[in-house]
Amino acid sequence: MAFQTPENLKYLNSHEWARFEGEEVVIGITDYAQDSLGDVVYLELPEVGATFAAGDLFGAIESVKAASDLFMPVGGTVVAVNTDLLNDQSPINTDPYGQGWMLRIAPVEGGEDKLLDAAAYKEYVDSIAH
Amino acid sequence: MELKRTPLYESHLAYKARMVEFGGWEMPVQYSSLLEEHNAVRTAAGLFDISHMGRFMVAGPDALAFLQYIATCDVAKIEAGMANYGLLCDEQGGIVDDIFIYKLPESYLVVVNASNRSKDWEWFQKHAAQFNVSLEDASDRWAMLALQGPRSEEILASIPEVVVNDLAGLPFHGVVGASIYGDDAALIARTGYAGEDGFELFFDSSKAALVWDELLKAGADFGLKPAGLGARDSLRFEPGLALYGHEIDADINPYEARLGWVVKLDKGDFVGREALKQIKEAGPQRRLAGFEMVGRGIARGGYAVHNLEGEPIGHVTTGMPAPSFGNKALGIALVQTAYSKEGSEFDVIIREKPVRARVVKYPFYKPRYKK
Repeated sequence: MAFQTPENLKYLNSHEWARFEGEEVVIGITDYAQDSLGDVVYLELPEVGATFAAGDLFGAIESVKAASDLFMPVGGTVVAVNTDLLNDQSPINTDPYGQGWMLRIAPVEGGEDKLLDAAAYKEYVDSIAH
Repeated sequence: MELKRTPLYESHLAYKARMVEFGGWEMPVQYSSLLEEHNAVRTAAGLFDISHMGRFMVAGPDALAFLQYIATCDVAKIEAGMANYGLLCDEQGGIVDDIFIYKLPESYLVVVNASNRSKDWEWFQKHAAQFNVSLEDASDRWAMLALQGPRSEEILASIPEVVVNDLAGLPFHGVVGASIYGDDAALIARTGYAGEDGFELFFDSSKAALVWDELLKAGADFGLKPAGLGARDSLRFEPGLALYGHEIDADINPYEARLGWVVKLDKGDFVGREALKQIKEAGPQRRLAGFEMVGRGIARGGYAVHNLEGEPIGHVTTGMPAPSFGNKALGIALVQTAYSKEGSEFDVIIREKPVRARVVKYPFYKPRYKK
């Protein structure tokens, strides 16, 4: 199966993506992650103003069959939360890199060494997928 | 350890299944979407490969006596052409496995869980020594499909290559000889584990891929979908059907698991009888309770359960957003008996935080079997 891994994003091997947009970073989960989970039916996200270090647990996402933790690709302060997703999680499955975005972060330096580029993440997914 | 595969492994890949490990087997967890597959079984029909389950044949003069001795149910009450749910218990009253016993004209067929197949086979052989019985592990000889859902009968009846006498007249838990795509020694049983009407098909494993493809083709117009272990779990969870390793296990007894009705203490001696008698007289210390989440969160199997004072009182055996109830977060917990009554409240520990839950009527879903 071919999963989308857009070139302009950075990734964690726990399947979160980060898109650097000027002063801010947008965060979500990857196409592979949404496909593995199946239909997402529950999401827990932090509040605006919460601060995290890169690699911190920031929330949880669940489908009928599984629960999964969400980890921060970068450190920083949450400046916006996609609250639409709290009522309807389906964009995470249908548009994981667009309408399925989760957080917008004002980043701080540090901890970026865990980030993979698209090629490295794609290679990782190929190695764990059938 | 090398994962085992059913004769339908290639078919699952062809139908784009996501394969996962389950009880030592490489099995399809879902094809399209768990929710779609779940809903197909509740409203139309779903087809499951359950060839990974164990199928043991028990024959010989002592076949009945042997099964009476290892099973907790009253095997003598199973009429020819009928099947019954039963338990294997150990001497302490712990559950070795849950099983289905089918009474055929010349023998009994016992279906056991995939994850317990080799353990059960050893259990059978160990206890067979004192009986005049012949045992055969027919698991590999037969493929086994479950066609489950309200349109299952229509689907089977529409296929000329499935020949069976009076399918409509086959009662709930009935089993009958059939011809399935040329295998004249096949069986069709009105059994299943989804809380719906449906059938389980036993036939020569060499025909597995053919029958799988043809059933799905014939059933497409009726809304039939291939369904994986994900849907199988949500479908059995809602009507409160136990899954080994979750609601039942070696350290859980039938009374705790609300399966006292499967234990017939007055049928004569059987393995575990003395221990079970004592447990019943004393009353179980723990009991399964169905609950709904009051606070926001989803309980999952293995999560701890605390009382409102923060003391541990048990654990969640299965929990999920229940598809037949608008994905409402429901769960089953094994808790101290005092907390198992409808209306009781306790906390489920979700990601280290207590989240309130309330005991509700159990099972959640009323099965819709053939009357």
